[in-house]
Amino acid sequence: MEFSLGYTLWLREMKRFFRLKSRFIGTLGMPLFFLIFLGMAPINLPGSSEGGYISFLAPGIIGMILLFASMGAGMNLLWDKEFGFLKEIMVAPVKRSTIVLGKTAGGVTTALIQGLVILVLALPFGLKLTGIYPQFTILGFFLGFLASIGFMILIGFTFVGLGVSFASRMKDFHGFQLIWNFILFPIFLLSGALFPLDVFPGWLQYVAYINPLTYGVDGLRGSLVGVSEMPLLVDFAALVISSAIMISIGAYLFSGAEVD
Amino acid sequence: MKAIKTHDLTKSFGNLVAVDKVNLEIEQGELFGMLGPNGAGKTTLAKMLSTLLKPTSGYAEVWGNDVTLKQDEVRRCIGVVFQDPSVDDKLTGRENLDFHARMYGMKRELREKRIAEVLDLVDLTEKADIQLEAYSGGMQRRLEIARGLMHRPKVLFLDEPTLGLDVQTRRHIWNYVKTLNRKEDVTVFLMTHYMEEADYLCRRIAIIDKGRIIALDTPQNLKRLVGADVISIEADSDRLVDLLQNFSWVEWMTEEDGVMNLGVKDGKARVPEIVMAAHGAAITIKAISLHEPNLEDVFLKFTGKKIREEEGDARQHIKRIVRAMRRKR
Repeated sequence: MEFSLGYTLWLREMKRFFRLKSRFIGTLGMPLFFLIFLGMAPINLPGSSEGGYISFLAPGIIGMILLFASMGAGMNLLWDKEFGFLKEIMVAPVKRSTIVLGKTAGGVTTALIQGLVILVLALPFGLKLTGIYPQFTILGFFLGFLASIGFMILIGFTFVGLGVSFASRMKDFHGFQLIWNFILFPIFLLSGALFPLDVFPGWLQYVAYINPLTYGVDGLRGSLVGVSEMPLLVDFAALVISSAIMISIGAYLFSGAEVD
Repeated sequence: MKAIKTHDLTKSFGNLVAVDKVNLEIEQGELFGMLGPNGAGKTTLAKMLSTLLKPTSGYAEVWGNDVTLKQDEVRRCIGVVFQDPSVDDKLTGRENLDFHARMYGMKRELREKRIAEVLDLVDLTEKADIQLEAYSGGMQRRLEIARGLMHRPKVLFLDEPTLGLDVQTRRHIWNYVKTLNRKEDVTVFLMTHYMEEADYLCRRIAIIDKGRIIALDTPQNLKRLVGADVISIEADSDRLVDLLQNFSWVEWMTEEDGVMNLGVKDGKARVPEIVMAAHGAAITIKAISLHEPNLEDVFLKFTGKKIREEEGDARQHIKRIVRAMRRKR
């Protein structure tokens, strides 16, 4: 029963996603331009010898689109508030946690689709996919592809959770810009998406290591181009923990919110 | 068992008491109206009864279920049409209804059958497969009413169902509400600030102001409270008040924006009397009129003011206007 209710909510998110094409293209824009223009920079980084800087950068940009898309999906709860649809959901005999999970499932799915679109788009710009080993093997490629989907889903859960948390506490869109520029961008820039973390001073590195996206980007790099700073299992475990925490916080804050 | 029962139901927001010790008993199958100006507490009351807000104190039950302890049971037996739009405009009419039906756990065949039924009830069968952004305001409202009925609720809440709609559409919606109350055997709890609406539709009406119920009866009995006739007078002098107070046949008297309203019996005979007396006291009467009492007079008698748009905070107001415009488009 609760599962089919969650499915109903997921289905709605999917329909909206495919009908709001301009929003989808809008979200893709920035990561795509980062990828194309930063990817041209003549930067040589250790570990990116195989495919050049673009192969270091592309997993970071996939992390970026996942961050933006899933955070956006969580915060589109505010749209439902603004346009009244949330009330329709809230008077139905549905558990509050089911509402959050349905919304999250929808957000993660749409974020995953966007992540895969960026992955494919990065190929003509020189991304060399090798899989979980630095040298290409069929098995490594296959495992790496599966692992990267796992990482994308976990990044999705973490940041949809964060988005839902913020949206539950906000009345309208007034704080949106603030969150985007002062929370989302630092999360992105401090994740090692653009360059390795060791360029940062020590204290900032600590900050980076409590940033879930750091593990997401590292995990994506490990599974797509075979180079990672931490073992993939560490990345995986860190993201499982951050997902669980963020979804719980989101569900808790959402349950406590009164609709008006 | 009553359809709705409340005892001293109260909701306050900080110092503001939005709903103040409301006691109600609504019968099964009744078409009950709650009439009052914006900000009187109607929506807050509806939100408490539909489990969206928790009461500050007091007790309420819907179809025998306590609204704080048995939220899911309450939700299962109510349908709600909110004051502001609450549809997904990227979904088609049918998809909006289907979403609703799934949320209430309806099986596929039942869903399809019921969607066809409610669409027919509100004459939207032909528009079922276009997205709601292409609906007019009246169509959207009708779809929301149909949606509220999808899961065969025992009680349907209608919060200002005709707000911002033109006269013709309003008439249509009134007829739908009457029909469904009869055909679907659903108890209707209507919140409105249009007195004609309450008068036309409801078997009983509660008049609410500043969170309190100030009168509750059938429209006929309420109007009888006012007296046989109402005389409205506009004059150039305040002395008219003193003058009128001398007449023993004036049952009640209120003043609003320089217009005096009197409740009298046999108004036709009193009009000349007033004019003569005013003339004798050198007061010029600019206008005088006589009408049968309506619910507006009832409200006026009890509160000394008219039911009209009260100034809310500016943002809410703008939001409402924008929404009304969006509907009209």
